[in-house]
Amino acid sequence: MLFLRRTLPMILAFVTGIIGISIYYVPHSSAQGLEEVLARWLRIVYAFAFFLGLFSLLNLHWRRVRARQAGWGYSLIVYLSFGLMIFFVLYNDGTGPFSPQARAGGYQWLFLNVQVPCGATMFSILAFFISSAAYRTFRARTPEAAILLVAAVIVMLGRVPVGAYIHDFFPAAAQWLMDVPNMAAKRGILLGVSLGIVATSLRIIFGIERSYLGGGEE
Amino acid sequence: MYRSMIILLVLMGSATAWGLKAPVDFEAADTPNDAGTSVTLTWARDADAPAGAVYQVMVATDSNGPFYPAGEVSAAGSPMSEDPAAFGFWSDHDDRQYVHVEEFTRPGEDPTKLETDRPYYFRLEARLGEESVASGAAVEARAMENFFNWAKLNNFILAISFSAIILIYISIARRRELYIRRIAGLEALNEALGRATEMGKPVLFIHGLYGMDQPSTIAAVNILGRVAQRTAEYDTALRVANYDPVVLAVSQEVVKESYLEAGRPDAYSENNVFLAATEQFSYAATLQGMMVRERPATNIMMGYFFAESLLLAETGTTIGAIQIAGTDSYTQLPFFVTTCDYTLMGEELYAASAYLARESRLLGSLKGQDIGKAVLIAVLLLGTALASLDIPFLARMFSSY
Repeated sequence: MLFLRRTLPMILAFVTGIIGISIYYVPHSSAQGLEEVLARWLRIVYAFAFFLGLFSLLNLHWRRVRARQAGWGYSLIVYLSFGLMIFFVLYNDGTGPFSPQARAGGYQWLFLNVQVPCGATMFSILAFFISSAAYRTFRARTPEAAILLVAAVIVMLGRVPVGAYIHDFFPAAAQWLMDVPNMAAKRGILLGVSLGIVATSLRIIFGIERSYLGGGEE
Repeated sequence: MYRSMIILLVLMGSATAWGLKAPVDFEAADTPNDAGTSVTLTWARDADAPAGAVYQVMVATDSNGPFYPAGEVSAAGSPMSEDPAAFGFWSDHDDRQYVHVEEFTRPGEDPTKLETDRPYYFRLEARLGEESVASGAAVEARAMENFFNWAKLNNFILAISFSAIILIYISIARRRELYIRRIAGLEALNEALGRATEMGKPVLFIHGLYGMDQPSTIAAVNILGRVAQRTAEYDTALRVANYDPVVLAVSQEVVKESYLEAGRPDAYSENNVFLAATEQFSYAATLQGMMVRERPATNIMMGYFFAESLLLAETGTTIGAIQIAGTDSYTQLPFFVTTCDYTLMGEELYAASAYLARESRLLGSLKGQDIGKAVLIAVLLLGTALASLDIPFLARMFSSY
């Protein structure tokens, strides 16, 4: 039992980890073929995992409806939307489920007229969230916040036509802030991230990190 | 009359020969670092080639022909110095030209790819308008499969070096205690989980949008394992929101195993690790609604986030939840720093699991990570100084292909 729960996953992690790293350095067609096979396996796993995900989603909302939890009406809308989408996908604009996906019909209409506008609405709400977050951040209580405020004002003014209208300094200063301090910070983060990825990969490949098996150490 | 015409024609022919020369020092060889799909031709650059002159590459499967066209290169372009991945950084590379040949075209047919390990015969013709001068005899070459990409040798050496540093520090950590710098966000995790326990409210763990094949998601799952163990010990409800079905399946297993490790398998419910949505803003809307209705005491957001980061974190702020975020998405870091109580920036996300475990070998890997970073900073400073002095040696050593 311990072999199946601990040893086998660690062996798999080691073997697949070493293969994954090797493929990066080996241009031989057998290595590239293996990479394609692994990618295909991943797609198959994803296809099956999608059913698990669907079950999880529907189960979550079913429990809410059954327990009449706060906002259970929204869960009913999930079921209604799911049913409608499934119906129109199978109906496929009258051509049936075994034909290629139709470019018109109820499924396309629902996607373009319900799904896309809802997503766009959520995205546009972001503007208000940015405003409230910016208000809290830009209250210049500390020297760091004051520097952030000044930099943000310069970048914002430099990125809109009115900034250049006020003075040529703003677009040039905004570009310098983006190209020099901002880029330096970005690259610093990326260097740290890359090393972090190497360290995490090594910990998993050599079986030092086992939290993905349940967190216990031997 | 005839004599003068002959003299004129000879003069015209001589003029063409003076302007257009046959390619010299023409060589053909297998293209390095590939899967046996191309052959590389090189020849000496003609500095006096007239404007508009081109080199026509001709290929045959037999030494006697027929020869088919396989591409055209301007006599003024494609110096070997343009492709250091194939030829390296040698000083004479500006004096030679190159072309990688992958296919040729028979008349009236689609292009034919070169076959691996089959002999092909190459000829090069200098052309200007209707005039052409061919190289000498055809040169034979085969496209061969390579077992190592030598252009990535620097990457390989770096990977081995950093791995060695990390493994050495893991070994040192077994023998003696190492100092690890304090990470405030992780120090606060126990406090945040304790707060949820005291308030009798759930902890909401939110995965980023990347799949299980991304390092940031693997790091998030590792952290989830540690968090789940603590919530199992504290008997606090843990809700785990997933965007990706595979991450969902892995998270369910990880949380289940953590509860088992903590001796509380009965407290685990598969329903608490759920798929919220598989579309970005549906995911954000679901979780925002959940936060407002269930009011979790603690929000933990780990992984790679996009525009939904602020929607989630700002909603968490409005309900008064203590929030800890960790991401390597530098575009979203400012939003998390602004709205969350603690933020794990970049590498701290990858250090979190090891830091939380407080296990000597894992902490050793963190120390190795820090040493690796110190080495990189030193190389960066030295490389900048040398490049400023027009010595590009170090910068070239770190070029990526």
